[in-house]
Amino acid sequence: MTDQPKQEGLFDCRKAWAMTLEALARDDDRIVAVVNDSVGSSNLGGFQKAFGDRLINVGIAEQNMVGVGAGLANGGRIPFVSAASCFLSGRALEQIKADVAYSNYNVKLVGQSSGVAYGELGATHHSIEDFAWLRALERLTVIAPADPWETEMAIRWAAGHTGPVFLRLSRMKVPDLGLDVDGQRQFSVGKARLLRKGSDVTILATGTTVHLALCAAEDLSHAGQSAQVYSVHTLNPLDEATILENAAQTGAIVTCEEALVRGGLGGAVAELTSANTPIPVERVGFQGFQKTGPVDWLFEQNGITAQGIAEAARKAIARKS
Amino acid sequence: MATRPKTNDSRLLDIDAKARWMRRRAMEMVHAKKLGHIGGDLSATDILATLYFGVLRYDPERPDWPGRDRFVMSKGHATGVLYTALCAAGYFPENWLDTYMGPGSRLNGHPNREYLPGIEANTGPLGHGFPIAVGIAIAGQLSGADYRTYVLTGDGEQQEGSNWEAAMTAGHRRLSNLTLIIDRNRLQQGARTEETVGLDPLGDKYRAFGWDVTEIDGHAHASLLDVLGAESNGPPRCVIANTIKGRGVSFMEDRAKWHHGVPDDDEFARAMKELTA
Repeated sequence: MTDQPKQEGLFDCRKAWAMTLEALARDDDRIVAVVNDSVGSSNLGGFQKAFGDRLINVGIAEQNMVGVGAGLANGGRIPFVSAASCFLSGRALEQIKADVAYSNYNVKLVGQSSGVAYGELGATHHSIEDFAWLRALERLTVIAPADPWETEMAIRWAAGHTGPVFLRLSRMKVPDLGLDVDGQRQFSVGKARLLRKGSDVTILATGTTVHLALCAAEDLSHAGQSAQVYSVHTLNPLDEATILENAAQTGAIVTCEEALVRGGLGGAVAELTSANTPIPVERVGFQGFQKTGPVDWLFEQNGITAQGIAEAARKAIARKS
Repeated sequence: MATRPKTNDSRLLDIDAKARWMRRRAMEMVHAKKLGHIGGDLSATDILATLYFGVLRYDPERPDWPGRDRFVMSKGHATGVLYTALCAAGYFPENWLDTYMGPGSRLNGHPNREYLPGIEANTGPLGHGFPIAVGIAIAGQLSGADYRTYVLTGDGEQQEGSNWEAAMTAGHRRLSNLTLIIDRNRLQQGARTEETVGLDPLGDKYRAFGWDVTEIDGHAHASLLDVLGAESNGPPRCVIANTIKGRGVSFMEDRAKWHHGVPDDDEFARAMKELTA
């Protein structure tokens, strides 16, 4: 827990990732990085300079990269396997399942430039399916930090935790979310962070959409509707207790993610609430393959904006019986 | 058994005895359960017997000992041979073999390192063990550890592209602590490898990837012991072990139907008679 004050401005969380990993690697020589010719896109130039042969570049070979990660864990290392999320989660999915999750190896998978970060490059390079694919795997902790502070906390936790982890990072610039409602910052894996209190609807947001959810809550307040907002940084294990409490208390939920709602956070929350506390759930995110375009445009086209989230909240509130 | 065994005649006698026992026991397990991959078990038996009773440095009391030599069974379907080898090596009591593939058994259809000691990776889908072995070898290289890493793949398994990614990485990094053994029985599940998607010239392929290649008779214990036990400071080593699928049972030898065929009672009796001779 920390009361570190909010930093002003917008941040590319890859900087927090690289600085944190380098700091951890200085203190623990078991930490190594494994990449698929992705030193630059993973922002690991500094790591390579500082630690030389502890940066293992296997070339453009994602299946091998994840298998090598499992082998390094077998040999007592703590590998951070870092690659563009689309290739890591897609090409190497069977290795993630069998070599890491099912074999229960202490491998940290780091999906860089997740979501639609590679906007114009198109659907092959978008990684919006990763939540659905990876949260299905038992034992694989799935974390999507929302700002530089959550990024640092997630990486520190992953390094100290014995077990498989997937960290879903973004290159999109985001603001520092600041303090939790209780005036502290608390990052606890598997526990959603309460960032704003409200009573009419609960907005569960993850990753790059959390700051948009906070703006949406502010807009709603001008119309007399109060929204409770969480950063759901951990998708697996999901904070089921908090979500069901909110389902009972506010009676309406909106989910937001830079991911496919089918099987993503939206899917997870719908699964959970429909089986336990059926209430209206509106899901903001992507519905399918996206066309080429800049990231902001893709967000707007899919209603992943403060206005879109506020609209979804109004719909969810209206659906309450 | 925390030191590497010496190459000598008494060791060869032990390997021979263990290989005979493993073949019989695997046959009993597959017959009893009416499941398994007996053809591949029998083709790989002499390789595993030589590794476990002539080459590897391990301690069954300390399966997680960081200094142990690693053996990664990439052809994870051949559990009949893997489990009998681990049992004979002292990792678990013999009566566990009787639970082979039973409901909830530790002796899963494919190996699981959390169910049984001595297993390095949960293989089964082909083309997984080799990259894992490369990672283990890199870890050893980074820390200057003196353990060796061995990985066994099937030959049909070489059709999986992930093997060639691993071969490139190991060749590029000159992983002298890594030995790849290919169980070259020339049959895959459905047909001959060369009729399916040909692998030859397999040795030349590995040479082109920067490996030191040796071809041997994969049933000759003395050759296996010499080659697998040799010290190496050069490039990674690929040992193409020419084998016969179903080796040791005349009517099973070199026939694709015994990839996962199960002997009936009469076939079982005939097989056991041949394996006991």
